[in-house]
Amino acid sequence: MISEMLKYEFMKNAFLAVLVITPLFGLLGTVVVSKKMAFFSDALGHSALTGMGIGVLLGIADTDLSMALFGVAFALLLNFIKRKNVISNDTVISVFASLSTALGLVILSKGGNFSKYSGLLVGDILSISRKQVIIIAIVLAVTLIFWAVCFNSLHEISISESLAKSRGLNVKLYDNLFAILLALIVMLTIKWVGILIINALLIVPAAAARNLSSNEKEYHIFSVAIALFCGIMGLLLSYFINVAAGPMIVVFAAIIFFITLFVRPLLK
Amino acid sequence: MAHKHEIKHGCGFHCIKMNNLGVTIGGDVILQDINLHVHCGSLTAVIGRNGAGKSTLLKCILGEIPHEGEIKFTDLKDGKTKKLKIGYVPQSLHIEKNSPISVYDLIAGYVTKFPVFLGKRKKVYDMVKEHLDVFQASDLIDKCVCDLSGGELQRVLLSLATMPVPNLLVLDEPAAGIDANGIKSFYDTLKLIKDKYDLAVILVSHDLEYVKEYADTVVLIDKTVLCQGTPEEVYESPEFNGVFGVNV
Repeated sequence: MISEMLKYEFMKNAFLAVLVITPLFGLLGTVVVSKKMAFFSDALGHSALTGMGIGVLLGIADTDLSMALFGVAFALLLNFIKRKNVISNDTVISVFASLSTALGLVILSKGGNFSKYSGLLVGDILSISRKQVIIIAIVLAVTLIFWAVCFNSLHEISISESLAKSRGLNVKLYDNLFAILLALIVMLTIKWVGILIINALLIVPAAAARNLSSNEKEYHIFSVAIALFCGIMGLLLSYFINVAAGPMIVVFAAIIFFITLFVRPLLK
Repeated sequence: MAHKHEIKHGCGFHCIKMNNLGVTIGGDVILQDINLHVHCGSLTAVIGRNGAGKSTLLKCILGEIPHEGEIKFTDLKDGKTKKLKIGYVPQSLHIEKNSPISVYDLIAGYVTKFPVFLGKRKKVYDMVKEHLDVFQASDLIDKCVCDLSGGELQRVLLSLATMPVPNLLVLDEPAAGIDANGIKSFYDTLKLIKDKYDLAVILVSHDLEYVKEYADTVVLIDKTVLCQGTPEEVYESPEFNGVFGVNV
């Protein structure tokens, strides 16, 4: 049955896409959750609307570029304001998330054309091409290198910024590097994953993994494995019952999360 | 009695001088004219009422907030100024209940470059364990940081702060999360560190009794230094009476 499914070129590509996107998100999610950036990454996803809007407004053929640039600028701006420490961080993020969603909708709905872009909300992994899968695979490789070099620093910051600073770590630099990486990956994959779902895919596998793990290694293994498992199961099921793949993957991840919640007391 | 710290442990040849430290935030003067000399092998306790600027002084030493004045670290043997290495023990860590961070992860993440998500590395594991052993904490190495008691966490944080051995160990109300029995053993551990390593210790504390027993120098502050000297000198001073009301 599965071999029949993979006869279709678009299903083969979607399957390969799931094999690279879900581990990538499982990996990033570990730090997003540890650094309590769930709201931050959610806002980042919403800002894709404005990024696309700006691209359309400027008449850029490839809106990926405008989305990536806007996403990076948005992430760095959020970090900058967070460091100013004037008002509560989640209030700031909320205001910026609302603004970037609304602004994007305003631009894209001009002339009653929003339906043209509404696909961005749910995403469509079946429309991914082989070339795009390869690009994401390269991004996954780059992320792994980044992880090998920078993970300890991010880990230090997530435990205690003052402790990290007292040991001479450039907290701002690593904070910004991670925000840039996250922004680029979110913008690169949002067309396939969807604005409404991207944050769930980032957060839920890591959140479930936390219930099962007692150290960083287990945390990473579980997070990546859960993301991958849900990705494959979600795609298969969506094919057989004919529903959108992204949401199905998230439903799987959420079910796993609740299972881990019940399993947790047995493990600890 | 007056120069207790000079015959203490450590080599005594390293001196940290803080000259005219001052902090002004948004027009409010939080600290001014703080002058302190700290020698290796000595334990300096900073005491004062709530809001006197004790924690601000520590932040100032840690370089977390901009300040006036200077902090100089000098080797008295050759008179050269060196870069000050600081070990910091925060009051507590805000680690959530199910955080997947083992004590090994916590320490290895700070002291080595080998990415901790790849798991334990024998060499690092042995090194961390051996160092934890100095603080009777080696059996905690595989425990989750979020499951540690207040006293256990402080011993782990002390291990971390002394890896590598700093010139100055800074502690912010380290006994705040420890139960009464644990406090004494915590101060004994501090004394051990002071004896074992060549470093100076500065701590902010509310435990006036323990400060009296364990500190070499006491600094009473309220925006500026009101009084400093041996515990006896400070505790009998009129300034001390003015702040705390009674003799302890």
